This record gives sequence, structure tokens and C-alpha cells, in this order.
Amino acid sequence: MAKSTIAETGEKPHTLLGADELILNMGPQHPSTHGVLRVKLKLDGERVIGSECMIGYLHRGVEKIAENRSYQQFAPYVDRMDYVAAVSNGLGYCEAVEKLLVVEAPPRAKVIRTILTELQRIASHLLWLGTHALDIGALTPVFYCFREREEILKIFEKYCGARLTTHAFRIGGLQYEAYDTLEKDVERFCKAFESRITQYEDLLTQNRIWLGRTKGVGILKPAEAIALGATGPVLRGSGVKWDIRKAMPYAAYDQYKFEIPTGTTGDTYDRYLVRMEEMRQSRLICLQAIENIPAGPIMAKVGKVLKPPPGEVYHSIEAPKGELGYYVVSDGTVQPYRVRIRPPSFVNLESFDSMVRGHLVADVVAIIGTLDIVLGEVDR
Amino acid sequence: MQTPLNNELVTRLRAKFGAGILEAIEDRKQAIVLVESGRLAEIALYLRDEEKFDLLSDLTAVDWPKREKRFDIVLNLYSFPKNERLRIKTHAAEGEQVPSSFGVWPTANWLEREVFDMFGIVFSGHPDLKRILLPDGWQGYPLRKDYDIIQQDTAWVRENLGIESGQ
Repeated sequence: MAKSTIAETGEKPHTLLGADELILNMGPQHPSTHGVLRVKLKLDGERVIGSECMIGYLHRGVEKIAENRSYQQFAPYVDRMDYVAAVSNGLGYCEAVEKLLVVEAPPRAKVIRTILTELQRIASHLLWLGTHALDIGALTPVFYCFREREEILKIFEKYCGARLTTHAFRIGGLQYEAYDTLEKDVERFCKAFESRITQYEDLLTQNRIWLGRTKGVGILKPAEAIALGATGPVLRGSGVKWDIRKAMPYAAYDQYKFEIPTGTTGDTYDRYLVRMEEMRQSRLICLQAIENIPAGPIMAKVGKVLKPPPGEVYHSIEAPKGELGYYVVSDGTVQPYRVRIRPPSFVNLESFDSMVRGHLVADVVAIIGTLDIVLGEVDR
Repeated sequence: MQTPLNNELVTRLRAKFGAGILEAIEDRKQAIVLVESGRLAEIALYLRDEEKFDLLSDLTAVDWPKREKRFDIVLNLYSFPKNERLRIKTHAAEGEQVPSSFGVWPTANWLEREVFDMFGIVFSGHPDLKRILLPDGWQGYPLRKDYDIIQQDTAWVRENLGIESGQ
């Protein structure tokens, strides 16, 4: 297992032609770090021989805030962790508290939740694709990606009034009934989106520069990925077929057919292919879901004041970035005793060091991009 | 909500570790096993290799200041072959060292650093235990229950940010 700090990697000076090792700071304001990530690189010429991630610049103490709010009051805060996938964060939190209360959202609410969460997955992957390609040097995809992402954000806006920090769900179900043309809007988007994915792929998948910059870069072997706790597309890119939507279905995922794409070599290119295919699968889930949205109530019977019986629960969902877990402890009062958030970005970033060793400085940018981290979630 | 748990896994664990397994309960259909803190590393290794809990999903802590041993250290495990979750818990008093799980699940590296950062729990055998989210020189452990919501390290804020308060 590779050690993570520079101090401990220096047992044997690893120099070429007597050149001295160089420590290079990248970030916290580097454009490719997407937020405020600082990476300390130990270089031998242009080659990276060690690295250390410095995080915490965006730390707001979300878990502490949770202990001082009621269960409902805390719900909007989770939107601000992974702020490009707020709907997924909200789903995880609401379901965790529902488990703690031993209530279940009604079927109608579950299906609408599934639709919105899958749209959010597409939106999150689009943002990743655009910026990742931009970092590597492909300028065009970002414009296409934002064009489609805009359509999704418009659907969110129509549904709940917000585009980014949506707070779309409530503990026990939904606050808002689906608006009249939701199904039509989703259908129109999904129908058009099929050819749009092909457009992105035309730009990148066989592009020689793209292949050169991503193939064989940042390889993560399956055993290593599991040992380092990687989840989501990072784990699947390494060839481990594991998706919480299938393994432990939540919301309405057990009703729909979809595939889990996996990679073979675990490099940046494989993770790219996995996420592209995931967008296609999310699109299929949305199309299946809008066909039959059950009628009925959208809220389960939960009181105005939530007082879960003492105890604890761990609930995790497949967020766009990986396993997003909530460990909630109740002491029987109106405020949670402890809320622990298991952020996928934080744990996935741990793999960074072993992925980056032996690569060039320019590849660091590709590897940060392929991990798809959001610093709001890493630092909480 | 909490009932004693007696499944095959617990029986095997009891047979193997005897008094090392303090309690096994089920809470809302989730299995929780409380183990003796000194034997945590040994039990973790057994769970990974023999019971195939190959993924450490999460490692965290909970503070119960009124209890004699105030901290709960909580490990949420997942097994790919069994598609099953298991929660391992252990108690630790203030200043007591807890064996690190880094050797068993390397992902514990950052997770334990975060617990150290937020609760001040020291993990013995951790390769590089230092703060991860807060600045290195920060005083205090924010997720302890006796750390107030608006409390901060004013000396650090004054010295490093040049302002009287970060609030």
C-alpha cells in the first residue's frame, strides 16, 4: 500500500541524472482543481513520484450544524455538499431519516424521486464531462454539455423553483406534486438526449488526442480500488460490477431494467466510457419511469415534529460520484444526536496518490478530473 | 427498536473471539456488533479475510460525554460476495488509544484522520495521524459534544486571519 505523505516517501532518493527532487504546489486556486484543492507534488523532472492532497478549505462543519437543527431544518444543508448533484444528496438524507422513523415514502413519491435523481445523475455527469474535457484541452464538449444540462435544470426549476440547491424532497415524500407537463418535458429531453450523447462521443471517443491523454493514465486495479474504498464510476471503471441501485435497491430502482457498465483496465479512458454509458442507462430509467407514475398521495404520514425513536441507521445511495452514506443517530429528541455523512468524493480522492505516481504533471489534471470530485463534498 | 442479534455470523464471532465480542444487536434490521477496543484490529482482519467484508464503507465516531468511555468508534462494513452490511462498534475513553484499521482497510487512512481531527481520538499504528480538514495548529475538537456550535480557536483566527472572529 502506497503511503500518502511526502515525508514518508523519501526513504530512497529517486533522482535521474542527479537532478534534485522538486516539490510543486498545485492549487488551491488552480483552474483544474475545481474548487479549492491543494495538491503537493513531489517531482523528479516532470514525473510525479509522490503526492499529498491538502483539503479542508471549504470545511463548514456540516455535521456539527446537523446536531443543532431539527431533522427537517437540516435537509437544505445537504444540498450544499455536492452542489452539482443536490437532488441525490437530498434523496439520501430523506431516505436515511425515513428509515430511522420507520416510515416509507408512498409509491408515487418514490417514482418521482427516481426520475429527478436520474436526471440529476445525467446533469452531474454532463458537468463532469464538460470540465474534464476542458481540463485536458478539448474546448468544444463543455458547450454541448451545458446546453443539455440547462434543459435538466429547467425541469428542476419548473418542479421546485430552484436549479442548483433544489431541496426537492421532504422527509416522508415530496413537498410538491409533479407539475402538469413533467412527463412530457422529461420525455422530450430523453428523446433528444440519445443523439446528443452520440455527439459527445463523436468528439471524444475516437479522438487521437483524447485517447493519448486518457488511455493508460491513472490505472486503478480492482483489488486496490476496493482496498482504498473507491465507489461509483471509479470502482466500476476498474471492473468491479457494483452499484447500490442494484445491490440494495432504494427509491423505485427495483422496478426498472438497466445495466451496470464496467471497465476493464481501470484507466481514465475506462472511467470515461463508464460514465458515458451510465448517462444512457439513466436516460432509459427515466423513460421507463415516466411511462407509469402511480397515482396516490405524495407524502407518508409523518408528524410535523419528527422525533425518531432512539437508535441509529446507516443508509447509502448510489450518488453520481459513488456511495453517499448517511449514518444518523437519534436520542429520541427533535434534533439528530449525530449525523455522519460518508462522502463519495472524499473517499475517492484517497485513491489519487496511487493513481498519480509515475505519471507526468499534465496527467495530474486528467486524474483529478477523472475522479470527479466536488470540493464542497470533500470538505463538508 | 433494538433487539439482541443471534445469527450465524455472531455465533462464529463469539466462538472465535469469546469475550472480545461484547454485544450483538439489531437496530431497524441493521446488524451491530460491539467489540472490545483492544481486539479491534484482530477482529477486523478476521472479518475481512474470513467473512469477506472487503469494503470499509465508513469509519466515524460518536461522542457520549456522560458515559464512562465517552466515544463510540463506528465502522460500517460491506461484503461484496454476501451483499451484506455489518456495523462494528467499539468504546473508547478519552485519551485511550484505539488500534488503527489502516493495515486491514487502507481507506481508513483518511477516515481515521478525520475522526482524530474532529474528536481527538488517537489511533495507534496509523501511519500519519494528523488533522485533515482543520488547520494543523487548531486547538480543540469540534465534533465533541462539549464544543459549542459557535466556539472557535480565536487565537488561531486572530493570528492567521488577522480578524477578531470568524463568525
